Amino acid sequence: MNLLELHAVEVRYGGIRAVKGVSLSVAEGEMVCLVGANGAGKTTTLKAAAGLLPAAAGAIHYAGAPIAGMKSFELVRRGMALVPEGRGVFGQLTVAENLAMGAYVRDDAAAIAADRERMLQLFPRLKERYQQSAGTLSGGEQQMLAIARALMSRPRLLLLDEPSMGLAPLIVERIFEIVADIAREGVTILLVEQNARLALETCQRAYVMESGAISLAGNARELLDNPQVREAYLGE
Amino acid sequence: MEIFLQQVINGLTLGCVYAVVALGYTMVYGIIQLINFAHGEVVMIGAMVAFSVIGVLMKTGMPPLLVVAAGTVVAVPACMATAWLMERVAYRPLRNAPRLAPLITAIGISIILQHVAMMIWGRSPIAFPQIVKTHTFEIGGALITNVQIAIIVISFTLMGALMFLVYRTKLGVAMRATSQRQDVAGLMGIDINRVISATFVIGAALAAVAGVMIGSYYGQTQYTMGELLGLKAFCAAVLGGIGNLAGAVLGGVLMGLVEALGTGYIGDLTNNWFGSNYRDVFAFIVLILVLVFRPSGLLGERVGDRA
Ligand SMILES: Nc1ncnc2c1ncn2[C@@H]1O[C@H](COP(=O)(O)OP(=O)(O)O)[C@@H](O)[C@H]1O
Ligand SMILES: [Mg+2]
Repeated sequence: MNLLELHAVEVRYGGIRAVKGVSLSVAEGEMVCLVGANGAGKTTTLKAAAGLLPAAAGAIHYAGAPIAGMKSFELVRRGMALVPEGRGVFGQLTVAENLAMGAYVRDDAAAIAADRERMLQLFPRLKERYQQSAGTLSGGEQQMLAIARALMSRPRLLLLDEPSMGLAPLIVERIFEIVADIAREGVTILLVEQNARLALETCQRAYVMESGAISLAGNARELLDNPQVREAYLGE
Repeated sequence: MEIFLQQVINGLTLGCVYAVVALGYTMVYGIIQLINFAHGEVVMIGAMVAFSVIGVLMKTGMPPLLVVAAGTVVAVPACMATAWLMERVAYRPLRNAPRLAPLITAIGISIILQHVAMMIWGRSPIAFPQIVKTHTFEIGGALITNVQIAIIVISFTLMGALMFLVYRTKLGVAMRATSQRQDVAGLMGIDINRVISATFVIGAALAAVAGVMIGSYYGQTQYTMGELLGLKAFCAAVLGGIGNLAGAVLGGVLMGLVEALGTGYIGDLTNNWFGSNYRDVFAFIVLILVLVFRPSGLLGERVGDRA
């Protein structure tokens, strides 16, 4: 079953069409990536899927139902979580408070506490800085916090927007390992990345986006070998 | 020395009321960067509603304290409803409009509320029933009344309760999250419209109590009372650093102290050229002085680049 499905979706900023008829799907349990150059429309697509921007045309279905007119907070309650581009941690809130906000839609205190412990094990740096305000964390730590915070809602579908942005290669690797682990635990993932190689190596299926439209789609391994992709996105 | 202590007591009393009102300004500003100019009128509505309820109940022979408490208990939800409606009808549709639009709307709302109050309670000042018997205590040669003590104690209790709410409850954390990044707050599953409504309503509850306190203290109320009081409380919020809760408390108390001390000493200082009828200017002089040297206010972090 497709957990997320976009059909001929168009998104506009004023008169400008940033996304021009994108169709893509993510099946339950799958890990799919959306790669493409800066300005291709990846973030815009993700925002439309998460209810942050309205689709001007086309349809988006989540868990079998159309999401037209739904706000992002309603989608979170239905199990969708987005880790936004640039991480979006609440800088003046502590790490603890950021995690608590991740679990905002839940009220099972005991299970929330257990999940929080799990997150602090997964990301030991966050444990060290638990009572510090998130604004004082390094970029990598903030990205880890943003992912941990999203996981605190126990999402069914996790949308990640450029988790590697601005981070040192070692940290990027660590973050991708963790994302792969999350996927293995059964969370469905749609990953947006400019770092095409890493994304294609991590995911099962992939879409390539170019000036607002999908230009290529298919098995991630095969796309890695595709000469077009190699030339345009892998710098070969 | 007695004059000094006396003015400190009076100033602290007044400053507490300013602080409670200033918290309402600062909370709303913190979350949606709106200067809710109608907040002073919410205080006035609180005073007026309490006045009406007290007027009716005092004839029943109920104990005075209970009558005042009942007046407050009715004023609080009345003010909460007023503020809820105000946000829902006037401010929410303008949430993404240019900044000037909601600001002008706020001024419009405050005029509307004044006129509604004028139609209900009339033009002239109304004597706020002083039904609680006043006791006076002496400390160090200065006098303090039971009403002043009550105002100070209630104010600090309210401030403490608000701090607890904002820093220790889930709603409070959601309010702070929303004030930082509305879009990301939505991604946490926070219904930001509800959080913003809650912010208005909580500020209004404080305003209602402030209205009853100021009415009881001055012994009178009028449909215009929210104007100057609101302006001073707003200045207190700016003085402390708008958007900052502790700043509003500090600004309010300072404002009250400066006003009282200024009033107490202006005659001596100017050889009686100016009298205590100039009391309202002191607060503003301090505000201007502070803003010249610290544009972001005493405890504010960001420079005031927002209108
Ligand atoms: N808020 C906005 N207003 C106007 N245009 C925007 C806005 N955000 C993005 N765009 C434009 O939409 C296009 C797609 O942007 P985006 O979705 O951010 O691309 P990507 O995430 O792939 O880098 C770009 O041309 C960008 O300039
Ligand atoms: Mg992007």
